[in-house]
Amino acid sequence: MNISMFLQMAAETLPNRIALVNPDGRHSYGDLYAAAQAAARLISSSGCEYVALLDTSSEAVAVALMGAALAGKPYVPLNYRLTDAELGSLAERITPAFAIVGEAHLSRFPTSGGSKVYARRAFLETLRADTEPYENPDVDPSAVAVQLFTSGTTGKPKAAILRHEHLVSYILGSVEFMSAEEEEATLVTVPPYHIAGISAVMSSIYACRRIVQLPDFTPKDWLQLAHDEQVTNAFVVPTMLSRIIDDLKRDASLPKPTAIRAIAYGGGKMPVQVVQTALDLFPEVNFTNAYGLTETSSTIALLDPDDHRAAHGSDEPHVRKRLGSVGRPLPGVEIEIRDDEGRVCGPNEAGEVYVRGPQVSGEYLERNALVADGWFPTRDSGFMDEDGYLFLAGRADDVIVRGGENISPAEIEDVLLSHGDVLDAAVVAIPSVEWGETVGAAIVTSPGTAIDASMLQAMVKNALRSSRVPEKILFVDALPYNETGKLLRRVVKTLFV
Amino acid sequence: MTQIRPGLKLKSAVCTAEVMVIKAPAGVELSCGGAALIDAKAAAPAGVAADEAQMTGCEIGKRYVNADQSLEVLCVKPGKGGLAANGTVLTLKDAKKLPSSD
Repeated sequence: MNISMFLQMAAETLPNRIALVNPDGRHSYGDLYAAAQAAARLISSSGCEYVALLDTSSEAVAVALMGAALAGKPYVPLNYRLTDAELGSLAERITPAFAIVGEAHLSRFPTSGGSKVYARRAFLETLRADTEPYENPDVDPSAVAVQLFTSGTTGKPKAAILRHEHLVSYILGSVEFMSAEEEEATLVTVPPYHIAGISAVMSSIYACRRIVQLPDFTPKDWLQLAHDEQVTNAFVVPTMLSRIIDDLKRDASLPKPTAIRAIAYGGGKMPVQVVQTALDLFPEVNFTNAYGLTETSSTIALLDPDDHRAAHGSDEPHVRKRLGSVGRPLPGVEIEIRDDEGRVCGPNEAGEVYVRGPQVSGEYLERNALVADGWFPTRDSGFMDEDGYLFLAGRADDVIVRGGENISPAEIEDVLLSHGDVLDAAVVAIPSVEWGETVGAAIVTSPGTAIDASMLQAMVKNALRSSRVPEKILFVDALPYNETGKLLRRVVKTLFV
Repeated sequence: MTQIRPGLKLKSAVCTAEVMVIKAPAGVELSCGGAALIDAKAAAPAGVAADEAQMTGCEIGKRYVNADQSLEVLCVKPGKGGLAANGTVLTLKDAKKLPSSD
């Protein structure tokens, strides 16, 4: 059991169908499989133990992932936005590495420890000369397929490992082989070192859906490419979707994504207002909210297109509220909410999200984070409603403990965002002599508007209760996000110091 | 007889079919077209006759299971033979159609 079988099956069934399109060209499944086999031969003979990739999206992403799998070595995509020092310390943990490196980053990958560096373009060129098949050895299903360093906002990044059995379970459980029609194309903008970037490659290959890569996201380029390639599917992180919508509203001359049928989003909290706007703007498009983590091989729950339409069109508050939900668990995935004592919570009772299933790894090289009976504590807090829809309330570590009372930032942010002139809001714990911690809110207002802080405080008091009222409100130009749309709460906290 | 275990790739002795074992209980014997499945890397044995009644076909990308779903195999190459475990025909696993999420 090896993830390379996805590509082998696609290549043997539809060798001439286009698998991947990017600024460098168009590549068929047959070409891609030939390149992966040639890469596996090079990797095997190199004596290296890891296959690293330090690059933006290109053909090399699929070739390295599948070539590493064929050769039975872990694939380790690295974040090219890290500093040289950060990168160096990660590279030291994966020696000797067969490193495929984009031309712009060539000097940044250290060759100490026996690692070998290959320039991406030259590497891909070398592969084209080799058209011999590579015999897929019996790779143990429990061999590591992918190793991803967590973004680790504190301390040393952890090395999350995903074994072939986890990734194969995920793909077989969520994708039907060859289910895509020839004209279908999916626009991939997530960077290669993100779990969604890896699962996008595997899912698309197994569905035989053409991958269209956009290495550097801008709303304008996204819309242009969606138009030029007649893109039918896309995955976006929340900030991308809101920027696309803003640009479309601002500039009527931008190309409309007329071929698009489905947009999936995830990777961070999506403001309900953005989803509502998107549903109004693209009534024909099927929206899916996907919730997943690196440690769970990507998606574990989803809010499907029917859920979106039902919630958007409903007058029932509890149905309407589901637009802010991440939906229900995938088949084969179990989700439980547990309180601080480990007791399983009832409907609408908040606690920590636990997950279990064959796609769940929950394992780092440093330690196995699974608890009894294979459950993985996600460190996300949330609750499930009476129909099993999961609502997230931020990271368990982000909970504000004010005088012994647990307060979730998300519920306060939702109230603040309901003000028409609040564009973005982040609620964090700030130190308090009286309460231990109290509530702070950083607010971005619409250009040219000013809001009275006391008005926002009154809104929160009326909608929730007085303990939730932000004691300090700061007005800022923008909130800090990382490149995949994750709000950097630790940076927000420093604004209050 | 090869011990059936997850990750094992097997091929039919009577047609082009190949399967990947996803999960399997102990002591199971798999067949295709009435003839025992063999290791994918082994040479095709000569003189193995198919049972015409069991040439019901298997489709690439489909998962086949036994009654209690303790056995699951994925067809990775299609063929004319039908799959069976200990003489009982395997059935197609129902897959719920999910929207693409990544």
